[in-house]
Amino acid sequence: MSLLTAIGLLPLISAGMIALIPTRNNELIKRATLVATTIIAISSIFLAVSFDKNSDQLQFVQKNSWISAFNINFSLGIDGISLVLILLSTILVPIVILATWNESENGRWSSKVFYVLLLTLESLMIGVFAANDLFLFYVFFEAMLIPVYFLIGGYGTGNKSAAAIKFLLYSLFGGLLMLASIIGVYIISSNQIGATFDITQLATLEIDNQTENFLFLGFFIAFAIKAPLWPFHTWLPDAAKAATPGTSVLLLGVLDKVGTYGMIRFCIQLFPDASKTFTPLIITLAVISIIYGAFMAIGQRDIKGLIAFTSISHFGFITMGIFAMTTQGMSGANLYMINHGFSTAALFLIAGWMISRRGSSTISDFGGLQRVTPVMSWSFFIAGMSSLALPGLSSFISEFLVLVGTYTRYPVAAIIGTLGIVLAALYILIPVQKALHGPIVSGNENLKDLNLREKIAIAPVILVIVFMGFYPKPVLDLINPTSEKVVVNAGFSDPIAKVGK
Amino acid sequence: MSIANYLYLSAILFTIGAIGVVVRRNAIVVFMCIELMLNAANLAFVTFARINGNLEGQVVAFFTMVVAACEVVVGLAIIVTIYRSRRSASVDDASLLKR
Amino acid sequence: MLQTSANLVWFIALPLFSSALLLLAGKKANSWGHVLATTVSASTFTIGIIEFLAMQARPEENRAVGQKLFTWISVGAFNVDASLLLDQLSICFVLLITGVGTLIHIYSISYMSHDLDRRRFFAYLNLFIAAMLLLVLGDSYLNLYVGWEGVGLASYLLIGFWNQKPAYATAAKKAFVANRVGDVGLSLAIMIAFATFGDVSFSGIKAQAESASTTQLTAIGLMLLLAACGKSAQFPLQSWLGDAMAGPTPVSALIHAATMVTAGVYLITRSSFIFDEAPIAQIMVLVVGAVTLLFGAIIGTAKDDIKKALAASTMSQIGYMILATGLGPIGYAFAIMHLLTHGFFKASMFLGAGSVMHGMKDEVNMRKYGGIGKFMPITALTFGLGYLAIIGVPPFAGFYSKDKIIETALNAGGIKGIALGIATLLGAAITAFYMTRVVILTFFGNERWGHKDEPHESPALMLIPISLLSLGSIASGYLLYQGKSLVNWLEPVVNPLKEHHAEELFSPNAVSAMTLTVVAIGIFLAVRKYRGNQLDSAPEKVSIFTTAARKDLFQDSLNEKAFMLPGQSLIKRLLQIDLLVIDGFVRSVGAVSVGAGTKLRALQSGYVRSYALMMVVGALALIATVWIVTA
Repeated sequence: MSLLTAIGLLPLISAGMIALIPTRNNELIKRATLVATTIIAISSIFLAVSFDKNSDQLQFVQKNSWISAFNINFSLGIDGISLVLILLSTILVPIVILATWNESENGRWSSKVFYVLLLTLESLMIGVFAANDLFLFYVFFEAMLIPVYFLIGGYGTGNKSAAAIKFLLYSLFGGLLMLASIIGVYIISSNQIGATFDITQLATLEIDNQTENFLFLGFFIAFAIKAPLWPFHTWLPDAAKAATPGTSVLLLGVLDKVGTYGMIRFCIQLFPDASKTFTPLIITLAVISIIYGAFMAIGQRDIKGLIAFTSISHFGFITMGIFAMTTQGMSGANLYMINHGFSTAALFLIAGWMISRRGSSTISDFGGLQRVTPVMSWSFFIAGMSSLALPGLSSFISEFLVLVGTYTRYPVAAIIGTLGIVLAALYILIPVQKALHGPIVSGNENLKDLNLREKIAIAPVILVIVFMGFYPKPVLDLINPTSEKVVVNAGFSDPIAKVGK
Repeated sequence: MSIANYLYLSAILFTIGAIGVVVRRNAIVVFMCIELMLNAANLAFVTFARINGNLEGQVVAFFTMVVAACEVVVGLAIIVTIYRSRRSASVDDASLLKR
Repeated sequence: MLQTSANLVWFIALPLFSSALLLLAGKKANSWGHVLATTVSASTFTIGIIEFLAMQARPEENRAVGQKLFTWISVGAFNVDASLLLDQLSICFVLLITGVGTLIHIYSISYMSHDLDRRRFFAYLNLFIAAMLLLVLGDSYLNLYVGWEGVGLASYLLIGFWNQKPAYATAAKKAFVANRVGDVGLSLAIMIAFATFGDVSFSGIKAQAESASTTQLTAIGLMLLLAACGKSAQFPLQSWLGDAMAGPTPVSALIHAATMVTAGVYLITRSSFIFDEAPIAQIMVLVVGAVTLLFGAIIGTAKDDIKKALAASTMSQIGYMILATGLGPIGYAFAIMHLLTHGFFKASMFLGAGSVMHGMKDEVNMRKYGGIGKFMPITALTFGLGYLAIIGVPPFAGFYSKDKIIETALNAGGIKGIALGIATLLGAAITAFYMTRVVILTFFGNERWGHKDEPHESPALMLIPISLLSLGSIASGYLLYQGKSLVNWLEPVVNPLKEHHAEELFSPNAVSAMTLTVVAIGIFLAVRKYRGNQLDSAPEKVSIFTTAARKDLFQDSLNEKAFMLPGQSLIKRLLQIDLLVIDGFVRSVGAVSVGAGTKLRALQSGYVRSYALMMVVGALALIATVWIVTA
């Protein structure tokens, strides 16, 4: 059993053990979960350290036969892109647990159920990023919906049931289209190279154009719903508003990345020609997402809705970077996934604290928080600055790489995309002004600043945001070889500067 | 006598049973009609076994009888229970499941 | 090959560290925060002096030094190091930033002494120093960009320092957003540069600039100009500067007069290799500079808020500098010269204004001043020196720097020369007018403050920095001009002597005479209008021109009508579309399913007999189908 498989199974095993603890031992359950997820996070960092970053091959490969009749294998293995996403997930989970310590107590079920669901979800997240077998990926992809459905529907606020069902139906619809495409690919493989679900082998298939286009669309729509790209986005704001802040962090920070990860791993690798055909359309959708998400964010009154729409704008950037098919765009998009994960996590966690203290999620109900709760306000400000891509904080580098990478191939898209820079200033500074600045709104005078637990939870996120802004090299080194490989395998090379050196 | 007559008889019995199920209200009678349909099917099986000269049809007929016996046990138990609680054996009264 | 100097990193590390420390330490640092910040600022100035002396000692071709810190971003062909470059151009800025910065730190100790958040103020000031030094020391456009947005952030924080007042918070946001529009220009310029040259470092682009196509260079140049307009408050992005006066006065002096707003001039000068090859971009630079210098001057004549009048003047003076950078190789050196002298006299005047406000209970309306000169003699004297410098009276600083720009403009040749000459001369006359107005309304005439407390002179800790700065406004012009010292110094960076050509239409003396004449006219008009007793409120019946000038020539209303209102209604539309059309489609799919279910539920009567009937019918239908198909 490889280290990777062990890390993937650990949360599931912990979930099993925590299920054995009596329900009334609330504190013990929380502490045990925190310890378990911290151990998992540390072991995944160890995984990253022992990863050979100079290689663009799959590492920590594990392959066991699962359903031999259809040649389905339990096959795991990671490259640089998968590794950083696994790191993102395993690091965010203990932070979420610590940050939202009491969130699980107001749900429909006991907090034990909450943590068992959370740990199960973590296993599935690791699995979805590590799967090398198309069928196995599909199983993880769909199985993830179940814990999320219960986390939103069971522990959320407001219109939670409707939001949970909307999320589930959207995802299932995409999943169904993807399943059709998976079966299509499988049948083509059985005609050409012998039936297989192995991704590396499937990438060598010769598919005629029209079929490839349809198969591509099946995958792409599933991922565009997940990511989410305009116009498949309407489930996200509802889900984010209804879910608890912790769930929202995992939903936007990690689960949605499965969409963009899938575009790189499956859409481009399996169907390079169709990707080329659809690139203009996808870049257009991405640009619309950037601008549309930003405008919608400016118009939001609800702070969670605002963060959700900023994410739609950011996912536009990520998708644009991926389909620009340049190494800068690809690496930038990958880095963006990580950076967006952390800065959105920070925004959502702090917004969650603000909401639980104030008892309202309407932005204008806050006001003058900077004087009352300085630490919380500053954390929100830094996270917001990262979200608007201020140089020196993490998102800037990824956003700039995406724009530069896109400009070299699609200048018009990049130029329109830069409008997002101005709009970002508006959608962050407007809530900053309304919530943090100005006179203290009545009802806010006695709000408490962050306590020690919350400070410990948010500090690593802020540290990562600042550190990655100054020194992104460790992560870029992991990402670069794979990004280059993806671009080259798709039959592209970077446009050469017009003036030779 | 042509062997096909057995088949006609089977078809007639089955039709009588089906009509009985649809039109009668008394659960016991409905039940008997179902038995009638089963036995019609049995007759058809045995007839075809005879026509084809092999044993499969007869085996299935035995199988059906066993299933029918089981069904009688469960079905009569349900009917008796319903009759006890509602003082009626009319199938139209037992429409609670639609809600 | 560039020599390495290990000192450069401290320019940025020291203030950055101090800023972070002050913010993280919280209230514990209240007692010593300002001392640490001022010490750090003074140490960066010391390092600057050391580096300057070392630079002077080296032969001309080896003067520039660099320091590579680490590999910052490296993806494919896109390689950017975090590395610094200190050459003849950047040292001018380093000395200005740290020198004026330190004086303003000292001034602020006293000015902000009653503010509970003084520590936070000093933390922001140090953050600004770090970002501004990074801006001028970065060796590539991307490093510059980090400093560029960093000063924007510091400016945002400082304008909104008293953000409990909603108007101030709005001013801060406005400044940041206007700057962001400029930042789009800079990031696009970097993208085009990378697509054209495969490089974003100054040296890399400089080496290839001549072989690139004019279209590309013009595009880069125009985008850089957009960036400069945002940061330097040039037309059409100038409207934020007046509102930015919401920040504490030392901030206005340091950021919005002496240093940050001149970053646009730095950017264009730094990119001389691009503008020299892109004539269209250069003409646009001239247009922007000329329009802004008049625009700012006209606004300055109508402002009653002393800080806003000075801000309008800053806008106008930077217009001069931008115009100078558009005049080709020789212009760059004069732009920098004016930038340096302006740094001294404008900072001294802003601090003087702060001193007046300090003595007048934070009153900023000049109509409520009058006759302050006899109560605050030192402030009045230093302000007067700054005044003489800005209107260009010999031998004060502005005389040398501004005259040179006017002279170069007049000698630009052809219609361009005439137009620019008229614009700059007209600007000089209006400058003399509005500055005389400020001085008379504030220091002379009847006392109009309407309360019994007499204004009092400020403490020494405030007066010393002002006095030092006004020494600068006396001497800096002559020192920089004499023997073409600055021109020669900057030559390796901007090649100002490369094509100093041809006959000059106007000799320096003739230009000086013309300038002094128009300045005298300006002073005369102002004295005639504002001498004697004045009312303590602004006259309401005024000409349409005055109304326009008071409203910043309608720039704000234009922005509102052209961008804000359409933007808001667009957002409102989009919110509806999202809810009704996109989500509406999704919900209608749901509604159709639910409706169909409701209809079909009627079939589920609950009667066993009807189910049985349905089964029979179904079975018959199946049999019939099979029969028909097989038959």
